[in-house]
Amino acid sequence: MNTTETIGQSSSTLDRLEAQSVHLLREAYREFKSLVMLWSIGKDSTVLLWLTRKAFFGHVPFPLLHIDTGYKIPEMIRYRDEIVRQWRLNMIVGQNVRALAEKRTFPDGRLTRLDCCKTLKTEALKYTLSGEWPRLRFDHQAGRYVEEAHGEAFTGVIVGVRADEEGSRSKERYFSPRDRDNDWNAGDQPPELWHQYKTDFAPGTHIRVHPLLDWTELDIWEYIAREAIPVTSLYFDRGEGRRYRSLGCHPCTKPVVSTARTVDEIVAELRTGKFANVAERAGRAQDKEDGGGLETLRRAGYM
Amino acid sequence: MNNQDDIEQMNVVVVGHVDHGKSTLIGRLMADTHSLPQGKLEQVRATCARNAKPFEYAFLLDALKDEQAQGITIDTARCFFKTARRRYILIDAPGHIEFLRNMITGAARAEAAMLLIDAREGIQENSRRHGYIMSMLGIRQICVLVNKLDLVGYDQRVFNALRAEYEGFLRRLDVHPLRFIPVSAVNGLNVARRGDAEMPWYDGPTMLEQLDALERPPSLRELPFRFPVQDIYKFTEGGDERRIFAGTVLTGSVQVGQGVSFQPSGKRSRIRSVEAFNAAPRSQAFAGDASGFTLETQLYIRPGELMVRDDQPSPLIGRRFRANLFWMGRAPMIQGKTYKLKIGTAQAPLKLVAVLSVLDAADFVSERSKQQVDRHDVAECVMETHRPIAFDRVDQLLQTGRFVVVDDYEIAGAGIALERMDDSDSTVAEHVRGREFAWEGGSVTPADRATAYGHASKFVLLTGADPGKLAALAGSIEQALFRSGFKAYYLRPANALRGLGADIQFRGEMRDEHIRRLGELARILTDAGQIFVTSLPDADEYDLRTLELLNSPNEILVVRLGEASDVSMPAHLTLPAGVEPDTGVAAVCRLLREKKVIVDYQI
Repeated sequence: MNTTETIGQSSSTLDRLEAQSVHLLREAYREFKSLVMLWSIGKDSTVLLWLTRKAFFGHVPFPLLHIDTGYKIPEMIRYRDEIVRQWRLNMIVGQNVRALAEKRTFPDGRLTRLDCCKTLKTEALKYTLSGEWPRLRFDHQAGRYVEEAHGEAFTGVIVGVRADEEGSRSKERYFSPRDRDNDWNAGDQPPELWHQYKTDFAPGTHIRVHPLLDWTELDIWEYIAREAIPVTSLYFDRGEGRRYRSLGCHPCTKPVVSTARTVDEIVAELRTGKFANVAERAGRAQDKEDGGGLETLRRAGYM
Repeated sequence: MNNQDDIEQMNVVVVGHVDHGKSTLIGRLMADTHSLPQGKLEQVRATCARNAKPFEYAFLLDALKDEQAQGITIDTARCFFKTARRRYILIDAPGHIEFLRNMITGAARAEAAMLLIDAREGIQENSRRHGYIMSMLGIRQICVLVNKLDLVGYDQRVFNALRAEYEGFLRRLDVHPLRFIPVSAVNGLNVARRGDAEMPWYDGPTMLEQLDALERPPSLRELPFRFPVQDIYKFTEGGDERRIFAGTVLTGSVQVGQGVSFQPSGKRSRIRSVEAFNAAPRSQAFAGDASGFTLETQLYIRPGELMVRDDQPSPLIGRRFRANLFWMGRAPMIQGKTYKLKIGTAQAPLKLVAVLSVLDAADFVSERSKQQVDRHDVAECVMETHRPIAFDRVDQLLQTGRFVVVDDYEIAGAGIALERMDDSDSTVAEHVRGREFAWEGGSVTPADRATAYGHASKFVLLTGADPGKLAALAGSIEQALFRSGFKAYYLRPANALRGLGADIQFRGEMRDEHIRRLGELARILTDAGQIFVTSLPDADEYDLRTLELLNSPNEILVVRLGEASDVSMPAHLTLPAGVEPDTGVAAVCRLLREKKVIVDYQI
């Protein structure tokens, strides 16, 4: 459908969203030297990865980072490594190895869901970004992950959060500074206008870049359909009348009732408004703890 | 595939003075159009009951804990809802003065604005400020909602009086609201449903009807082509040979074969291709496209230049301009301090030259004279950049006439350019005049040194595209001159960067600082009687003029390796890019003889 003619006549919502995300990615790449993109293997950050290839004309000029909690659905890891090989991505994996060895997790019954998220995701992310914990990097020649002891610290992190996902995310900036402890001060954020973002920062500040802020769940799926972006099969019903709408760790993520087997069927299902009144992350148990679970997690550096 | 391309989307910002009821209005609109997630209303009601406080629609939006505690919106929140006509993103902008930066962020994303006024409190300082900011942001579709009519007994006279007063104020800013609507957000009247029982005197549309009546702003495609170069890519992985000029087309359109120029450098070329990943081949690019081009000729420019079409009006190029500025920084904007200007993708050091007038915050009509721009002031001022920038007057092309000012890592000001001003007497020229006036000469004169050394002093600058070839030629020149007994020294650029420039980076606007230091160093070494040789890859006309000025009263000789893509580039000698070192050295020595730096028989 995207012939030269239609682009020449009028741009669709998807064209506008794509152009904006591409602009933000290029801005981040020009301004920040040690940049990394978080790839959670889910649909949003996979669209973000695709937009990166759009922005850089088929190339992905910075590394991708996945925080593996050890509880991810195995299909997610298989899918990840397949794409890594196919697109020859510079892939880094981080993990809280010690917590897993000591069984300090929710599935082991030692932590609440919220504390488990903090330990396996937030903490692992913080120390993997800083380079203090070892990272695994995919070695394309050897065809496997190889440990790197001392990696560089990443100061710019590109994240695929969307404003429509949840209340606190609707207040994010495209370029959002965090201090050394990843603290986010939602009341004191830099202004953004006229394609100008905060790209100057004092030493010690970290920047989170959010190129997908204005996308909705439906936009994401329509774009996946339009561009034929490969996504993990967990999003589709495989005969059990259920599919995942949001992906996380298997002990805390529940599928929704749905018979959508293809991307087009998901788009059709979302358009019916079937989920219009059900939060996308409703299957994510940690959001429900402590009244505003995700907000609490985000203040501490959760994505 | 059939997707929702045919469904429009529009961003609408809701602004107003604190406590005039924005969050209530949006909460009400969301609830009455059944746009809230299932259970959200019940959940908030239950929370209120548990804490023994009355339910308010505003709580629906206050997703952040901070806001619930303070009872005010501190940042823009976005709500999505849909009508038969289009999808809306409603931006709830904070009204509190402390959070004006957040309000501007929200409003800058909007195509239309709903301005809210409290019928009891009337027009407040922020009502005026917000009206002004809407006009400055270029939002033309504005609708004024007079809220809390329930608290004034739905009195038509209150509504009419407020309308007359506010309309009069906005007219002076050249802002003409589409409509004034009397509403009661708390009771949901004239929001999503009509309030005919309470306000039979009003026969206009409800807020929801008015939203659907808004039009999308006209296309930017018919305007002159403006493409700020965001970056230049050459990803060699997988044998990719393309050199792509990437960026977002702000206005207009361009097609393959079109002659283009880059401003302010003035370099010219022609579009060879429009590049895209996973898309049908295309030969055109339009306003709004995040695109990329390859050019027919090898061109070395830096990100920040503005690509424009040869067959359309050129942008203005200059260093000094008059502008309206809105200041958000904690520290005031003062004269004598260096700020950073960001316009399009260009960045340049910026100074405040003069404050012409400041609008009074109390009424936003009368003017005060002062020497600095304080937080939340709107000022008309004259500013000057260190190097020339390309821009348009905001009345001619809004998109390339607006800019932000960075102070201490933060975007502290937002402005619109009103006109270019004469910049023949630059701050660099002024500096050099002052420096030379105060320069302390010794008892050894330049003539004494020339006699003793057997040659005059000179600053020889090599420039071109290839740093390696420049270094090789400069090294050969140093060697040849030195062996002939001349006091020649070649400063290798890397050494200058590691030493003199160790505290700054050689990119972005800091490149100008390097060039400044190099010019001052040249002034000293030529004063010391040296033939000072150095190389500066990709120097543009402005770089050379700056070095010439800083080195004055001593002279500079510019040697170019390879043809310049910009014909206006001054050079005393141009050598072919592939010249043999011996041939190059001979040509440079010939030039030195012509310029009487060295005398004929010496080499």
